[in-house]
Formats: sequence, C-alpha cells, structure tokens
Amino acid sequence: MATKLPATDVVVVGLGWAGSILAHELAEEGLNVIGFERGPWRDTAQDFNIASAPDELRYSARQELMLRTRQNTVTMRNNTSQTALPMREWGSFHPGNGTGGAGNHWAGITYRYDPSTFRLKSHLIERYGQQAYNDSNLTLQDWGTDWDEMEPHYAKFEAIAGTSGKAGNIKGEIQEGGNPFEGPRSGEYPNPPLKQPYGPTLFAKTAAEMGYKPYYVPSSLVSRAYTNPLGVTMGPCTYCGFCTNYGCANYSKASAITTILPALIRKPNFIAKTNSEVHRVTLDGSGKRATGVIYTDASGRTWEQPAELVIVAAFILENVRLMLLSGVGTPYDPRTGKGTTGRNYCYQTANNAQLFFKDKNFNPFIGGGAVGMGIDELNNDNFDHSGLGFFGGGSTRVTPIGAAPIGNTPVPPGTPKWGGQWKRAVKEHYLGNMSVGCEASSYAQQGNYLSLDPTYKDPHGYPLLRMTFDFPDNDMRMAQYVTDKIGEIGERMGADQVVKTPRTRPWNNLSYQSSHMTGGFLMGSDPSTSSVNKHLQTWGIPNLFVVGASAAPQNPGFNPTGTVGALAYKAADAIRRLYLKNPGEMIG
Amino acid sequence: MNKLLMTLLGGSLALTAATSASAAGSEDGYGISTDYDTVQKGRYIATLGDCAACHTKEGGKPLAGGVALATPFGKLVAPNITPDKATGIGNWNFQQFKSAMTEGKAPVGHLYGAMPYTAYTKVSDEDLRAMWSYLHTVEPVENDIVANQLPFPFNIRMSLIGWNLINFNQGEFKPDPKKSDEWNRGAYIVEGLGHCGTCHTPKNLIGGDKNSQFLKASVLENWTVPDISPDNHKGIGEWSKQDLVDYLRDGKNKFDIASGPMAEEVTNSSQYWTEKDLQAVATYLKEGSDGDHQTTPPEPIASDDNRMQPGGQIYADRCAGCHTPDGKGVEGLFPRLANNSLMRQDDPTSLIRVVLAGSRAGSTDAAPTGPSMPAFGWNMSDEQIANVLTFVRNSWGNAANAVSPSDVAKLRDSMKND
Amino acid sequence: MSNDSGARTGVTRRQVLATSAATAFVAAASSKASALTFTQLPEWSPFAHNPPPTAPPGDHWQFFTADEAATIEAIVDRLIPADDLSIGGKEAGCAVFIDRQLQGFFGTFARLYMEPPFGKGTPAQGDQSPLVPQQRYRFGLAELEQYCQSEHQASFKELNGDQQDQILSALEQGEIHFEKYPSADFFALVLQNTKEGFFADPVYGGNKDMVSWKMIGFPGARYDYRDYVEKHNQTLDLEPLSIGGGTHWNHQG
Repeated sequence: MATKLPATDVVVVGLGWAGSILAHELAEEGLNVIGFERGPWRDTAQDFNIASAPDELRYSARQELMLRTRQNTVTMRNNTSQTALPMREWGSFHPGNGTGGAGNHWAGITYRYDPSTFRLKSHLIERYGQQAYNDSNLTLQDWGTDWDEMEPHYAKFEAIAGTSGKAGNIKGEIQEGGNPFEGPRSGEYPNPPLKQPYGPTLFAKTAAEMGYKPYYVPSSLVSRAYTNPLGVTMGPCTYCGFCTNYGCANYSKASAITTILPALIRKPNFIAKTNSEVHRVTLDGSGKRATGVIYTDASGRTWEQPAELVIVAAFILENVRLMLLSGVGTPYDPRTGKGTTGRNYCYQTANNAQLFFKDKNFNPFIGGGAVGMGIDELNNDNFDHSGLGFFGGGSTRVTPIGAAPIGNTPVPPGTPKWGGQWKRAVKEHYLGNMSVGCEASSYAQQGNYLSLDPTYKDPHGYPLLRMTFDFPDNDMRMAQYVTDKIGEIGERMGADQVVKTPRTRPWNNLSYQSSHMTGGFLMGSDPSTSSVNKHLQTWGIPNLFVVGASAAPQNPGFNPTGTVGALAYKAADAIRRLYLKNPGEMIG
Repeated sequence: MNKLLMTLLGGSLALTAATSASAAGSEDGYGISTDYDTVQKGRYIATLGDCAACHTKEGGKPLAGGVALATPFGKLVAPNITPDKATGIGNWNFQQFKSAMTEGKAPVGHLYGAMPYTAYTKVSDEDLRAMWSYLHTVEPVENDIVANQLPFPFNIRMSLIGWNLINFNQGEFKPDPKKSDEWNRGAYIVEGLGHCGTCHTPKNLIGGDKNSQFLKASVLENWTVPDISPDNHKGIGEWSKQDLVDYLRDGKNKFDIASGPMAEEVTNSSQYWTEKDLQAVATYLKEGSDGDHQTTPPEPIASDDNRMQPGGQIYADRCAGCHTPDGKGVEGLFPRLANNSLMRQDDPTSLIRVVLAGSRAGSTDAAPTGPSMPAFGWNMSDEQIANVLTFVRNSWGNAANAVSPSDVAKLRDSMKND
Repeated sequence: MSNDSGARTGVTRRQVLATSAATAFVAAASSKASALTFTQLPEWSPFAHNPPPTAPPGDHWQFFTADEAATIEAIVDRLIPADDLSIGGKEAGCAVFIDRQLQGFFGTFARLYMEPPFGKGTPAQGDQSPLVPQQRYRFGLAELEQYCQSEHQASFKELNGDQQDQILSALEQGEIHFEKYPSADFFALVLQNTKEGFFADPVYGGNKDMVSWKMIGFPGARYDYRDYVEKHNQTLDLEPLSIGGGTHWNHQG
C-alpha cells in the first residue's frame, strides 16, 4: 500500500532530455517540481573519468550505461501469431538509464524533421494520389502540427545543446554547404561544423562529383567551447572515438547532464528523486484528471506523490507502458485498427554499405557519433517516388563513430571467423575500411503495435511492454533501393570491395540496429487516432502531458532526438503560455 | 563540507581565561536598528565576512552554528550566533559583540584564532552596528554548542593571551591618504571583513600570520593557498583587474576555476559582492601596498630532463584532452595551465592534491556547470604524478622547482588517513 | 546529496494550479521517502574515480578448475594462434580474461532479465537459454572433454593443432551434439569472449602489453585526436595507451 506524500505542483517522470527540459521550464515558472528517475544520478564529474571512460568492454560490450534488463525490459515478437519473449539482453536497441537517460550514450546527431514529415499522409496523397497511398498498405497519420509551429522549439533545443553544423536553408534562402532539403531555419546553427576525418571527406567529395549536395551532419558534440543560454559550459569535442554507447568525459557531448541539470538542480523549487521507479499515473474517479504518480524508491518502499500537473517524459517504451498500466486511452487493437494507446509503433530501417580499400588509411579510431558528412537526396520525399512501389527513404551518412576493436574489426564476407586467416584479415582491413550508412524511415502498418505482455512481469509484478513488429513491405522495398544507391557511391569512391547490407526481415534482437523507436502515444488532431494534442496534452486528461518520441505517428529517415527536444520545449511553451493561465484542454 | 578557512586558523593555540562569563546585556536595545537600509547593509556585511561559512551548518538553520573545524590542535565547533537568549548571542550587548569581533573577547571567554578577529578588528564601527542589527533579524534558534572540543592543553583559553601579544594588532582600519578611495575600500575588505590573509598569508609556528608576507601563499589542510600578492611570477601580477573581478564573482576566469575552499568562498560570499566592491578589491590586490612587484623568474627545467620527458608523454595522454595540447585550457571549464602563476607556487601541494584526488569547481548561478578534475590517484604512480606536474610547472612559460615522488607519496598517505 | 524537500522555501505555489486541489497535505507517515534525493550537485568525493569492474588481483584461476583452464587455454590458442603477427591467445591472456569475466557480473548474468518461462522462440528473438555463462562454460567444457575422450581417448589439450581445429570447426557448425547447451552456441560464446579478451583493455587480464592494438594500429584509450583528425590518409603510428597507463610513460633510456 502506497503511503501518500505531501502534494507538489508538478511531477516529471524521467530525467533524460525531455523530462529535464520540462522540469527546468516549469521550475523557471516558479512551480515546485519533483523529477523522478528510475536510474542513478549521473554526472560527468563522478561517472566519466577521462582515464576510465574509454573502455570498450565495459561501456559497449557490457552496456554499462544501459537500463539493466533485470530492472525492466520488453518482450518481442514479429507478429500476433507468435508468443512474445523477453529481450534478456539488449540487442536491437539500447535504452538508457539514470539522469541524462539515453542522452548520455547517444551519438549526438541532431536533425530537424523536414516540413513534409509533419503532414506526411496529406502530403503523399496530394503528390501521388489516394490510390497510390492505399496501395502502400501503410497507416500513416499527420502530426496535427506543422513546421512553422515546430521551428522555434527546434532552435531553442539546438541552442541548449550547442548543436554544431552548417545551415542549408535560412528563412527560405538556400545556403551553400548546408543541407538544401532542410526546412527554412530562423538562423544558423549555434556552433560551426566539426572537423572531418578522411572517410567523410572522401565520401563528400565523391558524392559532390556525382551531383549530390553533401552537408555536415548536425552534431551536438560541440565544435568549440560553448556556454548555453542556461550558463552551462561545454568543452570542444576531441574526436576521441569513445562516443556512441559511452558517456563523454570532457563535457563535449550534449545531454541533460551537460546542458540542463547543473542549472536545474540549483533551483530551490526543484528536487530530483533518483533510483525511483514510477509504476503508474493515478487518476481521479472521473478518469479525467491525473492526481499524481505511484513510485517505489531505492529501498523498496512504495509511495504516492500527488501533483497538480503530471508530465510523463520517460523513454518512448516506458511512456507507452505507463499509459497502458495507468489505463489512459483505449489500448490499440491490431485486428480492427481501433484504439490509440500503443498505436503506430515504428522503428528505423538501418541500412549499410561496408567499404574495403587496399590502399587507404582512414584511421577509423578517430571520430565521434555525430562527426561526419551526409547527403539527403535519398531521404523522405526528397525524390520522386512515382512508380517505385514504396514511400520514404533515409539520410545517407558517413559518421565514423570510433573503431574500438571488439566491435569494429570488419572483414570481407567469406573470411573465416577465427584462426590465422581471420587474424590476418583483421589486420589487413582495420585501417582501410569504412562504412556508408542510410538511416531510413519506418512507416506504420496495422499489425505493428505496443501492448502489455500477458506473461512476463517486472520485479514489482507489473507486466512488461510487448512489442509486435516487423518491417512492412514498403520499407523493405525502400531499403533495397537506398542501399543500391549508397553502394554506387561506395564504388565511385574506389573501394576494392563494397558489401551492401540492406535491412531485411524478420526484425530481430541479434545485432544492434538503432535505438530510434517511435509511436504508441501519438500526437494528432483527432482523438480517435491520437493520444495527445499538438501541445502534448492528453486528450480528455488536461493535466497529463506525455512527451517524447512516443508522439511521432511514424518515423522519418532521421534520428529523432532533435525532435524530442523540440517537442519538450513545445509542450513547456504551451503550459507556460496557455495552460497556467487557463488550466484545461488547449485547443488550437 | 570542509571549512578550511577556519581550519587554518585553528593553528592558533590558545588558552583560556576564565574570563568572567559576564552574562546578559543591558536592556538598552543593544544598538539594534530595524531600519531597512541598516539591516540590508548588515546582511551584506555578513556576506562579505562570510559568517555562514562557519556558523551555518549544511542543512542546518542559518547561523545556528555547529560546523566543526578540524585544526591541527583538535576540534573547534563554530558557535550559535542567532539571537537566541540561552544558546546564542541574544543576551549580548553591542559592546560585547564588538569586543568579540575586534578583540576576540567574548562573554564566554577569549576566542580562538579560528574566529578571524585579527582581521575583523579593522571593521568600522558603523559596519559592526549594521551587522549587529542584521543578526537580530535572524530566526533565533536554540542550539547549544560546545565550541571548545580541543584536548588539553589547548582547551585552556588563557594561552590565547600570550598568542595575542605576538600575533594581534588591534585597531580599526586606517585609510592610506596617498591611495585612491577605491584602493582604500579594497584594502578595508581584504584586510578586514574579507579576512583574505586568514588563508593566504603564511603562518608562523603558533598559527599567527607572518604579516611581513601578507597574502604571499600558505598551505592549509592539504591545499596550497596561492600567493595573491601582485608579484608577476608567483602572484596575480599577470591577472587584469577584470580577471580578478571575474574570479571572485563567477569563480572562474581565463586563468583558473576556483575549487576547494576558494570555491566555497565564492559560493557563499564573493559571488554576492557588489560590482563596486569587486572592483575595489581588484584594485587593491593588483596594486598592492608597496612599489616593485617584479621578480626575475627562474629558468624552467630543460625539456630533455628525465622527469620532463615522460611527464610530457603523460600530459599528452591524460591531460591534453581537457587542458588542450598547448596548456591553454578552455575558459570556464578546464583551467589554463600555460603561463599561470598558480602552477608556479613554491609549494605544489594543491597541484598534487587535485591530480591524486580530483576536485570539483564551485558552481554559481552565473556559472552553474561545476566541472571537475578527475582523480588519478588510482592509476598513476607517485613518480608519474610527480613527473607530469614537473612538466606542467616548467612548460609554456612556467618555471618552478620539480615535484618529487616523495612529495606525492606523503600527501597520498596523509589524505588517505584523513 | 542532501536529503529533503523540507528546505525548499520561498517559492510560491501557483494558485492557478490549485483549481481542483483536493490535494490536502496528507502528512506522510512518520518516515520520509528514502529515495536518493538531490537538491544540488553532489559533493566531490576525493579519490572517487568510477573504476573499471576488474576482478580482484591474484595468480590463481578464479572460476575455472585447473583442467578447465588448460582446455580453455588450448582453445584460445587455436582461435587466435601465435604467428608472425602476434603472440597467441593463451599468452595474450584470453583464458585469464574469460576466467575473470565469469567470476564477475557477466558470469551470472547478474544484470539480465532471467525470469521464466524460457520459451524456445524464433531465432529473431535472440538468446533464451536459462543457463548463465558460468553454467554454459562448465557444461560445455565437460561435454567437450567427454567427446574428446570418447573419440580420441585424450583430452582436447593433448590433441595436436589440426585435430583441435577440426573439433572446433565441428563445434562451430553444431556437428557435435551437446546435451545441456548447444555446441554451436557454446562455440560462439567462447569465440566472442576470446575476441573480447584479445581486444579489450589489458586491465581486464587479456591483450597482454596491448598486443592486439599494436597489431592492428589501434591507439587504445587515448582521448584527444584534435591534432590528427585532419591528417588524412596518413599512418600515425601512435603509441597505444591503456587505462592503466602506457609503456612510453617511463624514462626513455
């Protein structure tokens, strides 16, 4: 039985990017805010010693910064005819844990979605016709918002994170050297682009010769010392190559712990409760008002924390699970396509071409998660899909994230997996290999969804989240198309061998693909097909906001963190500007 | 929290006199003013003097005492200075307060040197009255503190009388008519309320200040307290006035980021000083009180020395990632090592300390980051730490004596036994 | 870390939120929530350094029996044979690495979700075995010994290199039947752990003298390539660095 604590103004569930942003903005407003984090307090000072941070075994192979599956995991299956089984070890994706969340071990790639993304269904029907859309068998939806509404919030997030890059479109004017497919930005990136190692440089040169427009991948690994609007200072990236899956020891990678929490934790009206796991949001008898949260602390005691305003900003998986456990919204039914909680779960379709060169040295250990060059001609609806039999595409990039050797010693297909020949091949190809990736869209179809598992439970006895997913036909055709294209670029770069790996079915938990899961608690303008309005406010429960990638109705060919940050600022702006003046449902 | 400031002073041994614990004051109002401006001024004076550093325990009620000060002679506990009649200063009168502040004589007996009355003696009567008034606006807290927990014989306050003969020049601050008003205001703060010398001036054997070496470095509780005289090599001679102001207000400037006890000072006190006072202190520190502050720097140790060479390798591998390969650092985040007088202090204790045990810069509202120096004691040997510090102390415009592995070993032991 | 919300004063609760404030301040039971609660950046703990989770030092095998250790040493020396490129897996410390890993959290899957039921599942659903690595090694090595004794009347370690390679290939292909844990899975686990031991930082017991890093040209635990990022297509020949330090830190001559 939970013991009831004194009420507070606001509870925020999760202190990763979204939760820390919301907590900060609402504390600025003078509200008393309690932030709950199921993992530990993380802090560059104590957690990421420069002498012990570069440790591949610990951080990459043994997943030090990831949520322990013993604490919470998901079950998975490819379709409803199978029995879902738990992910006992993270494979396909890497949920984070602790303050900063997955933002501590992310790559730092910070895109804005392009304008067509926010009204994808309408856009495709306008361009290709209703019949072509129907033939795709997809269940796409518009977001209920648009680029103009999103832009200021993207800009705010980039200022906090110190994003480094080169604008491609400022107020409608195409900028030389930037990504010309960007939506019109209000201004340049806060910091100039990073320096580029050889791999991305060779890629960009070749792509330009082929008529593509290469651009600097926007990076929240900052290119120079930077003090953000909260007064928090970051250090310049050193290209150390211990980036994705690692915490940054010299304050160059933006995460909530390096950009927001140092300022937030000083506020007398904010406290962070760590190692505290929220189990559900409590509702009043009418079901139309959230009254707080139930959580268990590190000692195992369970409490009820009442609050006037409840912000759920855990990772996408936990956002959806908490809503299911709390009975918020109607669970999605894959047979009828009705219901909203768990709807339109999407992933990312990750494709790759590995290039082996005999006579080149890329020094692949130099780099970082967001150090690189990209092209965007193959992404989203940037090319004509007429007659191709699919929609979507991906951002094509060369981003050498570092090449610590347990995980980064590729050898050509056909090489033995062990013994003298294997060793010789490892040595021969280590310095001369690189890869071109295509992080591609994942579009919704009726059978993919999130629900509660009927069998497996977490240590507190609550059901795990169940993921039912496989790649739609549309996305498989897209994967083949874009991978062929990136293979052509690899050939033109002069690689001696190009190994193309388009994503194939079935979706599996055997190797890492991407941590970019989306959907399940969608943003939209129609309560029958979405869960939150464009202010991230839950339909029918005006004092409950659910913020994160769970709001995306489908996933474009971009990494989602920039949009998660922008959505958090968007929700905070609506609460501060509208909701506090007139608490209730916000329309328009 | 490590209240070093005071510790230092603990050095002052002492003795007690069974001075009359003349209780209670008269009923005349003790010179208390409740005027808004007087109280606010008093509050600011208390901030300048950083009373809270010792008299407010973390998580405790303001000024209710209880902070324990480890001194070389034993433990002192800062008393309750709230206006509680039974356990605080509620029964004192202004004259008693003034005696305590300026002569170290309190109704309970003679105060130990941990209370910096040797500096506060310079505080003006007007400022004392304002502070006195402010103290009476603080919530009275009943908190009985046994201040003197020193072992015999230091618990005998009588010994302080002898100490005072050697170490104490009583008297309110006298402005120097040859200097500007700003300089004199700075001197008043530095020598008086700010009690900078309490830490920054070398101590004699019984813990008193060596006044002939005012502000010229000291070592306290395993921190080097650097030379902040205008000396160009070891002091702050190369800092501009603005550098000094930035440091005191934000805890950082292009040379350094405050850590250890100085970070506490910035956090509790100088970040709240007025711009005018910051400028005054900077003017005074920059000009000093006598003329020539140029010293001829020594020659740096040669780069092919068998300590410098491995030291340089270690620097490149473990230090350059933050402090940058050219030692220039990143302003506000990673202190500059190049051409920095803090690297050139004769005593390398602080440098050894932060490499061994790490350290965290103070954070302020203006600069909340609170970056840290990681600890390297776990995976660097005494010799490696000595060599890398010798390298830093003799590179990029620095020159100073080498650090020896035995210096590192000694501090390592002493800190582990803390 | 300080504990408590009681110190938060002076902030006015927004009345606007209190519209339906049926939120009576129900006094919490006598004790406070014991969550780790932060109201400011945590204080610095001198010497704290979040060290790598290495095993306690010692010359003895910590998990393997002497016989098991000898077999594992023989296996890792075939998976990574000594040749002109490097020393072999045994001398590099791969078996010691595996022994220490098995004794730590990896050996018991202490961090993983190991609740039943353990369904067979599809290949896509990944590892669903109820056995933890300690058991996988113990059972696998015992069955391997049994196989070698029955086929060759000798222990694996007593066979010649070609024979050992043949057996390892058969394991890899799943051609030798193991009762308790599939031979192909056993082989895959040993191979993965062996490569980890060869390539991981030497503080974990393998990769002696950073041998694998020197072999391929990986500079190890360095943290700053600003001076090198734009040196395109050049051989850098950087001395590798371990978490524990570098050999180039010592006096040169």
